[in-house]
Amino acid sequence: MIFHAEPIEFVRQPGLGAAVWRGRAADGEDLLRFAISVHRHEGRLAALWGSDERLRHGAYRLHCVFALDEGWLWLTLDLAASGDECPVYPDLSGIFPTANRMQRATRDLVGIASDGTDQRPWLRHGGWPADWYPLRHDAVHESGMGAGFPNAPSDYEFVKVGGEGAHEIPVGPIHAGIIEPGHFRFSVVGERVLRLEQRLGYQHKGVEKLFIGADIAHGAKLVGRVSGDSTCAYAWAYADAVEAACQVEAPPRALAVRALLLERERVANHLGDLGALGNDAAFAFGLTQFFRLKEDWVRRNATLFGHRFMMDCIVPGGVIVDPDAAALAAIVEQCSAIEGAVKELREIYDEHAGLQDRFATTGTIDSKLARELSLSGVAARATGILLDGRAHRQGYTPPPPYAELGVRPVTDERGDVAARVAVRFDEIAESLRLLRMLAVGMAAGETRVEIAPAAGGSGLGVIEGWRGEVLVGVQFDNDGRLARVHPHDPSWQAWPALEHAVMNDIVPDFPLINKSFNLSYSGVDL
Amino acid sequence: MIPLLRHIFRTGILTEPVSFAEDGPQREIDRLHDEILQILGRALTIREVDAGSCNACELEVHALNNPYYNLEGRGIKFVASPRHADMLLVTGPVTKNMENALRIAYDCTPDPKLVVAVGDCGCNGGVFGESYASCGAIGNVVGVDVRIPGCPPTPLALMQGILAAVRISK
Repeated sequence: MIFHAEPIEFVRQPGLGAAVWRGRAADGEDLLRFAISVHRHEGRLAALWGSDERLRHGAYRLHCVFALDEGWLWLTLDLAASGDECPVYPDLSGIFPTANRMQRATRDLVGIASDGTDQRPWLRHGGWPADWYPLRHDAVHESGMGAGFPNAPSDYEFVKVGGEGAHEIPVGPIHAGIIEPGHFRFSVVGERVLRLEQRLGYQHKGVEKLFIGADIAHGAKLVGRVSGDSTCAYAWAYADAVEAACQVEAPPRALAVRALLLERERVANHLGDLGALGNDAAFAFGLTQFFRLKEDWVRRNATLFGHRFMMDCIVPGGVIVDPDAAALAAIVEQCSAIEGAVKELREIYDEHAGLQDRFATTGTIDSKLARELSLSGVAARATGILLDGRAHRQGYTPPPPYAELGVRPVTDERGDVAARVAVRFDEIAESLRLLRMLAVGMAAGETRVEIAPAAGGSGLGVIEGWRGEVLVGVQFDNDGRLARVHPHDPSWQAWPALEHAVMNDIVPDFPLINKSFNLSYSGVDL
Repeated sequence: MIPLLRHIFRTGILTEPVSFAEDGPQREIDRLHDEILQILGRALTIREVDAGSCNACELEVHALNNPYYNLEGRGIKFVASPRHADMLLVTGPVTKNMENALRIAYDCTPDPKLVVAVGDCGCNGGVFGESYASCGAIGNVVGVDVRIPGCPPTPLALMQGILAAVRISK
């Protein structure tokens, strides 16, 4: 199959997961031309990473996943290895600005570089040498994985804003609240934000290196801890990728249970966010009420699935939990209780003038910018873009069990904090509806099938997590162990959108705007 | 305003007693609070530091302030600066990129400078261990008084760990 009349032949990936086609670019020109064509057709850059294939193919490999209406295109480009040098590929950030950080991270980890001008390190803060690339197969150090390098924090070149009265406010890496670390550099005049530049990477703990050589089960454990708040989404995306690689199909009941877990994860996080958003607008009532509901919700997770966040429940081949009739009835019952409470709270939120004053017109981005930045998930839908991997749209059929559920995607065109709040409210209602449908119509049968690793196989899984599109790419080596796993968080695309959203708002609105996106640090720092 | 007040009234007080396994049957959360007050002679202030977690531990630390556990309502408070803190509640593993920041936070914390390592990763490195990017356990970077295992530890386990640290400081 070809797309947009470009001369790259794509082949559909097998399996029950999201629609993924795979192709190879002959050279950098080919890749660049294809990227331009994707951009022209309003496609997105969904992920970008690199791998060291010197042992198997004598080259490094760049992986790009583009998203079109029909599904996802996994395009690779082989880069000849020559000595210790960094092979170079064409910079995509001119076409897809969101590529910038992914390219820099790929250089830090694999040692393949774009030919762009911004070559500042992204994940490497000075913890290992500039010419040592952790994801190369020969990247070892006397203390095993390179633990013995001296840790010398390096300076970072932030973009300077000049002019009369302009000054900088540095924030982080340790923030004032109970959140993950990252550095925000605000350039302000008075309290107006002229520019925000993020520096992330503080959570980089070498996850991708740990996948190399692991077996399928250990990989599942790791992938569930890439971003703890999205553990079900990652576990499912990984399972889809492994199942595609091994040509195994999870049974229908397993898919229904996975959707049940994923929707429960979505509701839990949206409840927490709605509470925290109230709190960031000095409405402590909201925090108390929503956190009460969230606690009820995660306690039920613990009772039914053995873990408050349902970690390690989804595995390649199926699921390890099997809710019985009583459990499903308990889920239906809880959905009704939560639905009533959320509805009541929504009325209170909607009618609270002070709250709405803080939410409305704060932290606005429009759909044009969202498309330009390849945004997905809540933040994209809150600009009016109808994009939800669980829902039908022109030319796209969602994977089971969502195809039969008829998911109604939620959008709001305002693009501000209020819109992101409204989308969360509506998505809770929709997820509760889906949960009831899943629980009532749960398919019978097995919940897990045997899965054997496929030597040399590879696959890509895409799941619409609560935050947005989670992707996991998996490659096996010739001995059937994991050669490379790349988990991709939707926050890669959304962090730059946050930089835009705060422009021209005031510094005290930043926590509120930030919370309305609620992005993952760990998910992008890896 | 009236629906809001009605909602508050109907919700009632949810804060519940907490059971401590090592102490036998149910013990009131008030006793935990009293004990902490007796030991410190004032409220306990905690600075939470995420030194490299996957953010699941943070979700459970957040839960400590929901009305069921109501930690802040009992005078155990999370503060914004280590200079205001009696205790550092640290999640891990400690990444190389956070090693320096954690040391600075530790140096800024006044006595008694209690350090509680949270989660399997904070206790021993967990699934991430020690690597080119990770220093592993919190104890590899700063002195630790109490370790709270779990992936992530439940809010109840967190409360028990915080109490254990306060007892040590006695």
